[in-house]
Formats: sequence, C-alpha cells, structure tokens
Amino acid sequence: MTFETPHIRVQDLNLYYGANHALKNISIDIPDKKVTSFIGPSGCGKTTLLKTFNRLHDSSLEVKVEGKVLLDGEDIYAKGVDVTAIRKKMGLLSQRPFPLPMSIYDNIAYGPRIHGERDRHKLDHLVEQYLKDVALWDEVKDRLKAPASRLSIGQQQRLCLARGLAVEPEIILGDEPTSALDPVSTQKIEELFLQLKEKYTIVLVTHILRQARRVSDYCAFVYMGEIVEFAPTEQLLLDPKEKLTKDYVRGFLS
Amino acid sequence: MNIRILKDKIAGRTMLVLTLVSILLAVLVAWGLFYRSLPLLENYSLTDLLTSSAWKPEKGEFGFLGFIMGTLWVTAIAIILALPLCLLVSIYLSEYAHPRLRKLIVPVVDLLSGIPPVLFGVWGVLFIIPLIQDHIAPSFVDNSAGYSVLAGGIVLAIMIFPLLITLFLEVFSTVPRDMLNASLSLGATPWQTVKKVLLKKAMPGMIASTVLAISRAFGETIAVLMVCGGNVPGIPHSVFDSGYPLPVLIANNFGETFSVPLYDSALLFAALLLFVIIFIFNAVSRIILARVKRKIE
Repeated sequence: MTFETPHIRVQDLNLYYGANHALKNISIDIPDKKVTSFIGPSGCGKTTLLKTFNRLHDSSLEVKVEGKVLLDGEDIYAKGVDVTAIRKKMGLLSQRPFPLPMSIYDNIAYGPRIHGERDRHKLDHLVEQYLKDVALWDEVKDRLKAPASRLSIGQQQRLCLARGLAVEPEIILGDEPTSALDPVSTQKIEELFLQLKEKYTIVLVTHILRQARRVSDYCAFVYMGEIVEFAPTEQLLLDPKEKLTKDYVRGFLS
Repeated sequence: MNIRILKDKIAGRTMLVLTLVSILLAVLVAWGLFYRSLPLLENYSLTDLLTSSAWKPEKGEFGFLGFIMGTLWVTAIAIILALPLCLLVSIYLSEYAHPRLRKLIVPVVDLLSGIPPVLFGVWGVLFIIPLIQDHIAPSFVDNSAGYSVLAGGIVLAIMIFPLLITLFLEVFSTVPRDMLNASLSLGATPWQTVKKVLLKKAMPGMIASTVLAISRAFGETIAVLMVCGGNVPGIPHSVFDSGYPLPVLIANNFGETFSVPLYDSALLFAALLLFVIIFIFNAVSRIILARVKRKIE
C-alpha cells in the first residue's frame, strides 16, 4: 500500500544489531495526519523500526542502518543532516514515562528552552496550553513547581506527551505508550491520540490488537523483522490477506 | 520449629552481630585515640592546640594548625585538579566514546587504582618535582625546591583519578537511557542532555563519589610524604611552599621520639584530628546530599 504524499516513506531499510539482522528490507509509507499502528509479537522489530524514524539508534554505535527514511521527501540518514532538527519534528512517547529530573513546569518548558525560547510569559503560556492539550492542567495547575516524579504514572505519561508537543512536532511516535498504565490512564491516552491526529501524524507501536483497532487508521503487521502486511486497520484485523497475519490476529502466533 | 525458618533466624542474628561489631570498631578506634590524647588535652587548651602553628615537642610546644592547613591545602588542590578532569573524562567515556574505546580504557583506569601509592610517590619525585621546580614555580615565585603542597596535590589528584572515574561511570550508568533519549528526542544536543539531564539526575551519586574520593585523599600518606617536603612544620602560604599534612606527621614520627614528654599523646591527637575532620566532612556532605536528593525528586 502506498500513498501519494506520505509523511514518512521508508525505502529498503535494513538494520543490524552487530550480526543480528533486525530489520529486513522494510518499505512502508506512513500517511499524513493519520494514526498508523505497528503490531506484532515481542522482539519482532516494531520498536526498532519506530526508533529509526528519529535516529535514536545513533547513540548505540553497534547499530548499522542501510536504506532510506524520507521525511517529507528528505532522507534523514543522508550525510550532513541535522539530527536534532529531525528529532524536534517528532515527539516520542516511550513504554514507561520518563519525566526529566525537574519540575512539572520545567519539563514542559524544557523543549522550548533548548530551542532558544527565553521569554518568561511565553513559556508560562506554552506550559498552560500544552498541559491543557493533554487534559492535565486542572490536575497540576497548583503545583507546577513540584517535581514531575511525584505525579502518578498515568499523569507522567500525559506530561511526557505534553512535553513532546511543546517542541511543535509534526509527528508523534508512541512506543507502546500505555503498556505501563492502568485502564483509565490508557483510555485517556487513546482519547488524546484520536484528538491529536487532526494536527499530527501518529505512529503507534502496540501489542494490544484492540488498541490498534480503537485508535489507528492503518495497521502494519511486523514479524521477524519484516512487514508482513500493511492495510487499513479494519481490513488487516478482520480480513487479513496473509496467512501469518491471520494466525497472529487470531492468537495462534506469538 | 521448621528447620529453614531456624536457619533464617540464625543467619539474621549472625549478620546483626557482625554489623554491630563493625560499628563498634569505629567507636573503639575513636575512643582509643581520644583516651591516648587525654594527657595532651589535660595540659593544653584545645584552642591553643588548634590555633597555634608552633611545633617544638622538645620544648613542649604543640601547635597543630600547620598540619591541619597542610592537610586541607593538599586535599583541596587534589580535588580542584581531579574533579573537573574526571568529570569530563567520565562524560566522554559514558556518552561520547565508541564502545570499543570504552572497553579499552576502563580496564586501564581500573589498573591505575591498583598501583601502590609508593609508586605514585616515586613518580612524583621523578617527574612532578622537577616540573614544578624548573617550569611552573619560576613564573610565580623566586625560589622553590619543588617539594610543595602543589606537588602533593598533583600526585594525590592522579591517585584519586581512577577512583573518581570508576565511581562517576557507575553513577552515570544508573541514569535510565530512556530518560536521556527523552531529552534527545526533544531535539536537545548530547551536550545539552548531559548538562541538563545526566548531571542533574546523577548529582547525588556524584556528590557521594566525590566525598569518598576526598575522604581517601585526606588519609593518603606515603605518596604525599614523598613529595610534600614536610620536614619543617608550618602553615603553607602558597602552593609552592612545603606542607606537612597530618598523616605525614604521624608516619614520620610515630614510635621514634617517645622519650619526649607528651609526644606520643600529641601524635595520637593528630590521628584523632584526622578522624574528626573526616567524620565532620562526611556528616556535612550527607546533609548536603539529602538536600540535593529532596530537591530533584
């Protein structure tokens, strides 16, 4: 399945962890302002694939990446690319929330500050706006100076989402962002994704098929480092074409 | 009673006793030093002992200020030199260096910490002393033999290098990689991430590591003895003056001059002073550590 103007286009991507060939000939188009989910069993490579989008593998030097990842048509693995500029375009939500070791306020202001925003009033305004965007403002407005680690884990994950939004990304990458959360917090995050897809392209790694179905428009099944099938979510989950996909969504494969 | 529950109880009690014994040892050492210092303390006021720098045991003059200052100077120089360098080396190894390079360097650093202090002393005499005498000192003072608190500080700094680097690396490795990734994925550069996240998160551990290194520096004797030129007691007035730290005082004189009245008591008082300095230093840094921890958590 291809799109005319995908937000991210992956072309013949191969990734090696030392001798381990972790991603094999991946080609996929991630559509603009839609939610695309990657499903598949643990260790299939879905998170690895996600991390190639913002070059988070750069810090682990045993990793070798071949092929292209085009962001709005530009290869992010080309020579001389400003990695920080690419990462700024993508907000990452990890499996467990990792608030930075500072106050709630400073967590949100962190991104704008490192990109040069110094105006106190503007920062105040940004913090309020993004905390409202993730429905956290009412819960924390009286303790913005408190350490972010004092929030509940569900609140922390929403804080991390707000922190990511504060650098005005175009894309949100979610790496099983609800796997550490209780059902209520999970529901809040899922609702946020549905609202946010009007403004952002969202890529979601999940191992919960129902979550993929609730949230995503398109779904890719990843298995043993390969994309087995990529289709609109309903079609992939209810009427898969490939046998492997069929086995997985019916629970025979894990 | 069930045998495995009995075993558990015995193990628990035994470990409790051993723990108490190890604490008791520290108390015993302090008490022993205090007891043996009593003859000196009965004859002199504590203020005089601590504020005078006149040291003529045969005339009955015991002023410890020179030795205290010697200890503080040497330790301060060592830590001022070692801390920034070790910090940068550790950050490089932890965040920037290629894993292969890291695997090569870390064992070498560990090896350094296994070198006996006397070798550092010899090395100091052969390299640091001439370096100070011929190249560094002439630009600042007219006349220096090289044997100085600066030499002591440099040698001591190099001795605590491996300890500090190993501890810093250990502390850095406890900062979750995903927390650093969170900062990077917001578009922060690695250096911004180091400054604002890594160092902040690692601060309590770094303070604890530094305290450990300083405590070790306070007590280091042999290498310092060889390069500090401590034969004439007195307060050092510049880094090029010779110094006479407390451990050196004890090591140089213990067991030799006990015919002089109160001399042995004075040396044990020196040991007690060292003990108290390290104790106070540790206590203060624990308070600071608790504050820092509360602040970032």
